[in-house]
Amino acid sequence: MKKTLVACGLFLAAGASIASAQSITAAGATFPAVIYQKWFDEYHKLHAGMQVNYQSLGSGAGIAQLTAGTVDFGASDKPMSDAELKALKTPALHFPTVMGAVVATYNLPGVTKELHLSPAALAGIYLGAVTKWNDKLITADNPGVKLPNSEIIVVHRSDASGTTFIWTDYLSKISPDWQKKVGAGSAVSWPGTPVGGQGNEGVTGLVKQTPGSLGYVELAFAVKNNLGYASIKNAEGAFVKPSFESVTEAAAGAAASMPADFRVSITNAPGKGSYPISSFTWLLIPNHFADAAKSKAIKEFLQWMLTDGQKFATELYYAPLPKSVVTKELAQIERIDGTAPAPAKKTPADTKRK
Amino acid sequence: MNKRLLWRKAVNGVMLTLTGVFTFFTVSCLFLILGFLLYNGFRSLDWGFFYKLPLPPGENGGGMGNAIVGSFEMVGLAGLIGLPVGFLAGVYLSEFEDRRYASLIRYVADLLNGIPSIVVGVLAWALVVKPMQGYSALAGSIALSIMLIPIVTRQTEQFLREVPQSLREAGLALGASKWKMVATVVVPAGSKGVMTGMILGVARISGESAPLLFTALSNQFWAKGLLQPTASLPVMIYTHAISPFDDWNRQAWAAGLVLIGMVLTANILARLVIAKGISVPRG
Amino acid sequence: MATPTVLETPVIRSRTQTGDTLARLVVLGFATLILLVSILAVYELWIASGPAREKFGLGFLVSTLWNPVTEQFGALPFIYGTIVTSVLALLISVPLGVGAAIFLSELAPAKVSDALTFLIELLAAIPSVIYGLLAIFVIVPMMRDYIEPFLKDTLGFLPLFKGYALGVGLLTASLVLSIMTVPFIISVSRESLLAVPREQREAALALGATRWETTWQVVVPYAKLGISGSVFLGLARALGETMAVTMVIGNEPAIHASLLASGSTIATVIAAQFNDASGKVYPAALVELGLVLFLLTVVINAIARLMIMATTRKGSKRI
Repeated sequence: MKKTLVACGLFLAAGASIASAQSITAAGATFPAVIYQKWFDEYHKLHAGMQVNYQSLGSGAGIAQLTAGTVDFGASDKPMSDAELKALKTPALHFPTVMGAVVATYNLPGVTKELHLSPAALAGIYLGAVTKWNDKLITADNPGVKLPNSEIIVVHRSDASGTTFIWTDYLSKISPDWQKKVGAGSAVSWPGTPVGGQGNEGVTGLVKQTPGSLGYVELAFAVKNNLGYASIKNAEGAFVKPSFESVTEAAAGAAASMPADFRVSITNAPGKGSYPISSFTWLLIPNHFADAAKSKAIKEFLQWMLTDGQKFATELYYAPLPKSVVTKELAQIERIDGTAPAPAKKTPADTKRK
Repeated sequence: MNKRLLWRKAVNGVMLTLTGVFTFFTVSCLFLILGFLLYNGFRSLDWGFFYKLPLPPGENGGGMGNAIVGSFEMVGLAGLIGLPVGFLAGVYLSEFEDRRYASLIRYVADLLNGIPSIVVGVLAWALVVKPMQGYSALAGSIALSIMLIPIVTRQTEQFLREVPQSLREAGLALGASKWKMVATVVVPAGSKGVMTGMILGVARISGESAPLLFTALSNQFWAKGLLQPTASLPVMIYTHAISPFDDWNRQAWAAGLVLIGMVLTANILARLVIAKGISVPRG
Repeated sequence: MATPTVLETPVIRSRTQTGDTLARLVVLGFATLILLVSILAVYELWIASGPAREKFGLGFLVSTLWNPVTEQFGALPFIYGTIVTSVLALLISVPLGVGAAIFLSELAPAKVSDALTFLIELLAAIPSVIYGLLAIFVIVPMMRDYIEPFLKDTLGFLPLFKGYALGVGLLTASLVLSIMTVPFIISVSRESLLAVPREQREAALALGATRWETTWQVVVPYAKLGISGSVFLGLARALGETMAVTMVIGNEPAIHASLLASGSTIATVIAAQFNDASGKVYPAALVELGLVLFLLTVVINAIARLMIMATTRKGSKRI
């Protein structure tokens, strides 16, 4: 027992004495978890004193924990609503980090060719109207692919999820039926009898192990687990394969008209090569930290993330931020414990919210 | 008459065999569990597991050194808090009890014992995490100690009660004061059982995962001090088992093997100790 | 237990008084600490669930709507899941457990019985996450690829077995729970059966009963109270189980008739959603669920202990 006491004392002392070391706790979206973990790992290699402990709990958890004050910053693929922002004790800034694609991933043993899915098919599947893999809506776009006469096991997120928000935001845009019956949100009442998974990880796991299932996950998760994912027909009528290039094209238009607070939706974006279910994902950083050293460390990380960090994006199947967005964000860093004034007028965010 | 007897004998044979089958089935569950853990765990275990840090998802390799240390830290601190409280409360109930108040304490200890582990987690969140505005190993330890205290209390009381009255009277007759008698006669006499209870209690909490989910959370790095979110083996097993990444699943098996090794060793040790019996013959 | 001794005479008393009083205060203090912690626990749970209790009242217990977005919460799907999985688990583990207990107490030679009981009690020491780990990688594939399709083929006409064969769901969770509760039932039932006086068995045998008839019609009814106590103990354990169940139940906050469907118990929904819960009402609703579960397990544990104390020789059982 004495040894434990001494060890405890040393631990506490050690923790207190490393003045330049920062241990930061963050939680949030599972969508960018693959690249965030990579970033924090790489950054720690460069700056041994800086540890960012990122817990991939879901966008809902990220916002909830930021509001409760139990984490230093949060992460979400759904921008915070005005009401959520108001509930914060310390105002927070949205920092887009990367862009990613939400893909329709499936497990169809025997089907090796990549499927083409139209918006109507996707909406039908999730509304419960399209129940079998060999439904006309699917076979029409996939000539030459032998689709089984089995039920589609539809998988969704069981937790409050930004990925769900991106998915339902897209479905609301392309299906008036969906918009009326379900709408967009980080948690919705799913029609039919879908199956729930926890986090991007949970949905990926379920699809991976359940033949005949279809779910929505971030591209990195599908690729790293060798799961098939569909090309979706975009607004211009072309079937686009999700990739960092098609996501970059989707964001191109948005970059030009990016609102000052960076809250924007890029689903169903125009452009022949645009992947229609793309999205930014954000870090939610409070604009003031009680600990000045912590504030400085986070600002330095953000600098790195927006410059050097972006080169990790493509190898992990995320799209790096457009240059114009990066410039605006670098300016926003100064608003954290800084002297930069708030922008003149916030443009209303182009996001749907339940 | 004969037919009836034959039938009864047949039923007798069948039912008794069935009970044997049920027993065999139950025992084989244990061996199956251990078997799977040993097979899958050994394949996944390497020396690096014990000192390396986890790698980002999708990358192979790494280990759970921080989780092992974190578990030891939190269980250790929980023991530091819970063992003395439980022990002394048990001494009170056995040696110094006031009828009514002691009954109340016993009832309340049972109450604490019955709290589901997830609710203990919620409690520790409300008591420690929220006011402190952060997840920490301290919160996790407090949650674990809330679970440890009733176990140790009940065990201590039970084993001290089993110490024969004649020993107490002998101690007093030799002129010892009551507290000296308890400390130098009763407690040593019941020490085997009391220690068993402590070992079993600590083994029990070292396997708990639910109370740590919203208190210690988890950490990919070495937690600096006790006021940081801290990784622990049980929580790591949970997050890595439900993950789709194959390497994380592999790590979950390795962690499972390590955890079960620790827990079962402690349990077997404790039960062997108690099997040797109390060191004093019954009066 | 210290009975008044010669030391209580005035002459010796002064010498020993301070030491004893101090010792008494110390141990009393620590015992009181337990009381304070319990009061604090109940108080905290009560306060933290306040916003939900005020908003929903008793209707919380019967509402099936669980919608974090519109902040409508109802406990019924989780009460349903908790009851279904626990009852189903017991339906499997009670016959299994009592049967094994009978073997261990009546048929097996003492040494074999002790050894086997030791092994079975080790099952109770295995942490919940490890049961979960094994469930995910061993039981779920087995259910998904063999058992559930089989059930659907044979009994699929029943609403109980409709739906996808996913491997995860209420049925799998119940199976895992049954293995987790079996050791408790065996351990306590065996003790109760062993406590039945030998004369009862001998009397029955002398009257010409077979071993089985003796056991089933004489010994077991005699130990009925203890066995029932073990069932309640198993039930209490099953109700509060979190990790293993979360990993295989599918985490759907809804009621479905089929056992193959995903569901949720009170414990699993708290584990799955607590970190997500923002606002005033959402976390309070989860805490209120915790309070409901707490009260349920307290009551059932109390019943269990009363029953067990009435029959086993040593009073409160060391579990």
